Amino acid sequence: MIVLGIESSCDETAVALVKDKKEVLSSIVASQIDVHKEFGGVVPEVASRIHIENISYCIEAALKEAHCTMDDVDVVAVTKGPGLIGCLHVGVQAAKTLAFAYHKPLVPVHHLAAHIYANELVVDLKYPLLALVVSGGNTELVYMKDETSFEILGETQDDAIGEAYDKVARVLGLGYPGGPKIDKMAKEGNPVYELAKPKTQGRYDFSFSGLKSSVLQFTKRMERQGKTIDLNDLACSFQECALDEIFSRIHYALDDHPEIRHFVVGGGVSANSRLREKVEELRKEYPNITFTVPPMSCCTDNAGMIGVAGTIAYQSGRRADDSLTADASWEIQ
Amino acid sequence: MKFEIHSIEETQNFAQKIARLCQGKTVLITLDGDLGAGKTTWTKAFGKALGVKNTINSPTFTILKSYKQADGKPLHHIDAYRLEGASQDLGFEDCFDEGITVIEWSHFIEDQLPEDHISIALEEGVDEDRTITLEATGKESQAILEGYHD
Repeated sequence: MIVLGIESSCDETAVALVKDKKEVLSSIVASQIDVHKEFGGVVPEVASRIHIENISYCIEAALKEAHCTMDDVDVVAVTKGPGLIGCLHVGVQAAKTLAFAYHKPLVPVHHLAAHIYANELVVDLKYPLLALVVSGGNTELVYMKDETSFEILGETQDDAIGEAYDKVARVLGLGYPGGPKIDKMAKEGNPVYELAKPKTQGRYDFSFSGLKSSVLQFTKRMERQGKTIDLNDLACSFQECALDEIFSRIHYALDDHPEIRHFVVGGGVSANSRLREKVEELRKEYPNITFTVPPMSCCTDNAGMIGVAGTIAYQSGRRADDSLTADASWEIQ
Repeated sequence: MKFEIHSIEETQNFAQKIARLCQGKTVLITLDGDLGAGKTTWTKAFGKALGVKNTINSPTFTILKSYKQADGKPLHHIDAYRLEGASQDLGFEDCFDEGITVIEWSHFIEDQLPEDHISIALEEGVDEDRTITLEATGKESQAILEGYHD
């Protein structure tokens, strides 16, 4: 079965063809990151306009690269949400048009679920499963009893972790996106500065707003006192604090749910080198659990994951008709 | 009106008082203050007092998040942080037609906001000290804030 997946929830316009859930025949991603760099973030109206400019080209290129025509495609899958509403509309409209014109089944997919399912491209998922999704818009710990049930154990109570990286990077004058730069600087530094430890009520919940403010207040205080800051040390202190928050919750979840057989990561922040190191430490600690951090090509926003998620959703019977619309705050399913 | 508060609890109390006055109304609140001034804390307490069940977290990424109040009306939470320099019409007027809207970093989209709104500014002092400026900018917002007692 060949599924054509379309993703346009934020700053990537992406189309991919995925065969039998496991093989990416083609994956085209048109990124807008250079355009948004000058603004220090994504500008939604600009983003939707560029999606419209890119989408037809991406569909054509994905079919061509896979040596397929629409006749070879069995299902059209698309990200329905969550994301930027204007951007989501572009992908949904394109998918509806294709499905209608070529008489193909249309399957809506949840962006967060797709980040988890992306792991299918490198490993067979085993359930019950615990997934950590970390990106610019997401910080969630998701428990899956089986392939199609989702329980959000914990989520951020304020900023997403990628957002905290971006905002801290902005405070430190590092530019956008902030994650890779902070990660690189942290390697040259030590966690010597004391920052506010995040506080949350829920056992598995996250909070990064206080930590972000703490970095800001710290830089102001040092400025007032006329002291210089070692930016590498500050980057390292921030990163250690943020990741400690994430990994303490993972520990809780794994200890509370001894039936978990598989732990996977999804989302752009899984590119972080320190996060990958810490997953390796977990692997030693929990020898009975399989740990998967997929290669970066699966982690960032792409449409291969939409193809995979679309396959699973199609097989479980999910369909949409021409009344399908984007939903910016769609609940995971 | 300008006043001082000294703790996170007082920020929450202040948000609850405003929530009681806004309940059932259609109103826009602009909420300004630097990173770390307490905007998130304020909005969480405000939404909770209005009976929002879901977690209210940062709308920076999606710009707009919408929730349901206890009475079924929407609470819209907009973060214009990333809209600096964007001059297009972003279609927010739909939000202003029903329910309550809270906008952070509102000065980036000032020309798209209804003139009559409640304006709250949180100014950071030492530690948890904050100076709050609370203003009504028109007749309807004035009527809502008439019931406010410090």
